[in-house]
Amino acid sequence: MNFELLLPEIILAVSAVLIILLDLLVGRRIISLSISLAGLAIAFGFTLSMWGDVSQPVFNGLFALDNYALFFKLLFLFIAAMVMLASVDYSARFSRFQAEYHALLLLATLGMMLRAAAADLIAVFISLELVAISCYVLVAMLKNKSSTESALKFVLLGGIVSAVLLYGMSLVFGFSGETRLAEISSIIQSIPAQSLLDNPGLLLGMVLIIAAFGFKIAAVPFQMWAPDVYQGAPTPVTLFLSVGSKAAGFAVILRVFFSAFNLPEVLSSDWGTIFAVLSAFGMLLGNILAIQQGNIKRMLAYSSIAHSGYIMIGVAAIGLSSTASLEIHSNLLFYISAFALADLAAFSAVIIISNKMDSDMIEDYAGMGRRSPLLAAALTLSLLSLIGLPSTAGFIAKFYIFTGAMDSGLLWLVIIAVIASVISAFYYLRVAKVMWLNEPTSDERLTASLLPKLALFTAVLGILVLGITPSLIIKVTETAASMLGS
Amino acid sequence: MSTNYLSILLFLPVTGAIIVALVPRLSSRIIRYIAAVFTFIPLAIAIYLFAAFDRSASMAGVMQFEESFSWIPAIGADYHIGVDGLSLPLLLLTTLLGFLVVLISWKVEKKVRQYFFWLLLLETSILGVFCSLDLLLFFAFWEIEVIPMFFLISIWGSGRKEYSAIKYVLYTLFGSAFMLAGILSLYFATGSLNMVDISQGGLAIAQSVMPAVPIFFLLLIGFAVKLPVFPLHTWLPDAHTDAPTAASVMLAGALIKMGGYGMIRVCVSIFPQTAQDYAPLLLTLAAISIVYGAAVTLRQNDIKRLIAYSSISHMGFVLLGIFALGELSLTGAGLQMFSHGIVTGLLFAVTGIIIHNTGERNIKQLGGLAHQIPLIAVIFIIGGAAAMGVPSTSGFIAEFTVFLGSFSSTAVAGVHIFTFICLLGILLAAAYILWLVQRVFFGPAISRFDAIADADNIEILYCSIFVIILFVVGIYPKILFDVLQLGVAPIAAFFGG
Repeated sequence: MNFELLLPEIILAVSAVLIILLDLLVGRRIISLSISLAGLAIAFGFTLSMWGDVSQPVFNGLFALDNYALFFKLLFLFIAAMVMLASVDYSARFSRFQAEYHALLLLATLGMMLRAAAADLIAVFISLELVAISCYVLVAMLKNKSSTESALKFVLLGGIVSAVLLYGMSLVFGFSGETRLAEISSIIQSIPAQSLLDNPGLLLGMVLIIAAFGFKIAAVPFQMWAPDVYQGAPTPVTLFLSVGSKAAGFAVILRVFFSAFNLPEVLSSDWGTIFAVLSAFGMLLGNILAIQQGNIKRMLAYSSIAHSGYIMIGVAAIGLSSTASLEIHSNLLFYISAFALADLAAFSAVIIISNKMDSDMIEDYAGMGRRSPLLAAALTLSLLSLIGLPSTAGFIAKFYIFTGAMDSGLLWLVIIAVIASVISAFYYLRVAKVMWLNEPTSDERLTASLLPKLALFTAVLGILVLGITPSLIIKVTETAASMLGS
Repeated sequence: MSTNYLSILLFLPVTGAIIVALVPRLSSRIIRYIAAVFTFIPLAIAIYLFAAFDRSASMAGVMQFEESFSWIPAIGADYHIGVDGLSLPLLLLTTLLGFLVVLISWKVEKKVRQYFFWLLLLETSILGVFCSLDLLLFFAFWEIEVIPMFFLISIWGSGRKEYSAIKYVLYTLFGSAFMLAGILSLYFATGSLNMVDISQGGLAIAQSVMPAVPIFFLLLIGFAVKLPVFPLHTWLPDAHTDAPTAASVMLAGALIKMGGYGMIRVCVSIFPQTAQDYAPLLLTLAAISIVYGAAVTLRQNDIKRLIAYSSISHMGFVLLGIFALGELSLTGAGLQMFSHGIVTGLLFAVTGIIIHNTGERNIKQLGGLAHQIPLIAVIFIIGGAAAMGVPSTSGFIAEFTVFLGSFSSTAVAGVHIFTFICLLGILLAAAYILWLVQRVFFGPAISRFDAIADADNIEILYCSIFVIILFVVGIYPKILFDVLQLGVAPIAAFFGG
């Protein structure tokens, strides 16, 4: 066993434990924060050094340490660091639980990293639970009525979903007698395509797994929990759920479905079609329901549901594609990165603003353009990126993912997607309108400490870099996708 | 060509915008001067390019001042810009209006920094549309333009400004949603985003290999919303009326030309056969736009709204010129776009002064203004004369060329009938302009307007620039004619002249 390969994960686990232990001796926030950031940075460095090197399954097929997994690991580490930076001011609201907050974030990140590399159904399940349980506690962090209510909903529904997932996995296991994804794939391929579809066990298992994963990425119709949980949770945790947990959900969807169920084509076109339909509903419903929201966190929750729909275009395109081309995987990874940056920027701005104003209502953002022009400009830019307007990452990401969909003959889905984008412009621009047009309720300037501003600035810079010179990142996503595409 | 003139021209306004936005503690005065400098240099470059443009017949349809490097290799998108005879006049027009609107906005006092930021950004995005030769780049610039316009209308506008602004945005995005689907289909069918390659290969391949008709219409919807073509025109009166003067000038002068330009550059160049097959349908829409637009114009009582509606009718002439598909008619469409930019720009500018000085926009409340503000009255009447196509003005030569071209076109059967119907538009234009002039400027003087100011120096300056250009093009049209003909020659060649 070569534990070096798990060094980044081990570092995170050690940091988390260290934070809890040190908290018993010296309960200072700065210690928790600096250990977390140092742990994330070191883990990032080690992960980066593995880039391009390993591609073999390790630990007897439990994990696959390929570029695809490394790409997501780097993304998760980056997201976790950004969330911690953005929450510096906000976390004063649960100052008693500083150590727990940071340790749990690290553990959730650890779970997501393991999930990206999981090549075995058992590893998938355990890493999912690690993230889920950490997140349940994080959501309840504020310990007020709405935060607790959200956490309770999250736990109950999450528990059901775990059961559904396990049942689906056991059906697949019952069918194939294997838990390793590669083995499942070869057993499926050894069966004639026609008799495959006569077997309800495999199909039911697949559908149950889709439902469980759909819950994790807040795909319609498994999205009911998202707005409530997003609204009640502490805003940094909302950010973490919306960006990190979602990216991890897609990492595992792509891994499981591409590694285990991609061949033969009758099977992949089955799940491809399911994802295409889920995607269409997600984009339309998410964007339409977002229009009537008065609370910006709720609005961003619906926006996040809609963006899951856009990302699923990529998954559907992979399922329905006849050629396993590189681009079709690469554009999915690019979209996830672009969405992550835009959502990071939007939520960082919301965290700064709502922390000062103690309100998440959109109408209270009135006059933000005068009270804090740079903050309002950053939030506006991130909203433009979420709409997908040019010079932002969102534009290139949408165009790129649409080319993949066209390649798989999904013109109808592309048309739904662009119409959904037009609908979305309405509510995103309404926030911009309130900030720049409406008269401020007070003239007091909004200030924030350095670290949240740093997080916001990094995300905004990322949006512009990806929007103007995307080829840099596309090279990276292409390398990451090469393990799947080739 | 070693110097990247086009890129400099394209990015100077946005550079000015970034300076205006980010440099702290600028006074309003300094901001205005920055905006003036960063729009004047592009104008100077555009004039230089116009002079240096190779007009020899061998350059027909050839891109000049081209620049190209790889932008997103993964999808074959390039940063590829260049101009030909079709886009150069529009480029010149946009830089000219870009500079003039800074002068027009000299008296804006509200949120000056933001205002000029959006105005400069707007200019770059329109210029980008006119010189992009890559479909993705083209689409990117096309979409960027929505944001500055949204803010310009909703912050500095009047009346139902927020409603008009969001209506504008949703209409445009709705149109470009279809356009994006069209571009993607085109990309998927040809494997290229290069507009020059596609249209050259398109003549041979496009007809047979790909489903040309749906793609043609997907793209056309995007352009038709912008031009605008009946029945997709309803955003225009609201947006033009409620926008601040400078935004109205930019909107009517340069922005809606993107629609006509896109139709020629993308729809007709890439799908000539489809364009010919469906020309009767589009000519019908042109006739409706012209006659209906003019008829509705007659009924308006808001002076700005009246001019806005007249644009629908005038843009109908462009549509007529394009889909008559003759060399002369296409040239006329280009001329009409340039001329309408100048004429309507002037009319909106003067109307802005009238509304600003009198504080009144209802025609029924106005009257006899020629007594109090004779200078403004003279300028307005010159603009009105050009709008109704009086000889020696650019409006005359443009409309004359369109009608001559469409009447003599051989590409579309029955084009004569459409031309005759469209001629009605000229008659109606004379009616609404003369009636407007009569109601606003003539008749007994109204005493409450006795003390109002006439045009001041800066207003006289920009109005005279408009007037001079209007007469130069009207009297010596060859200056644009040659260039435009080079641009449309390859398209016309497909239809046999």
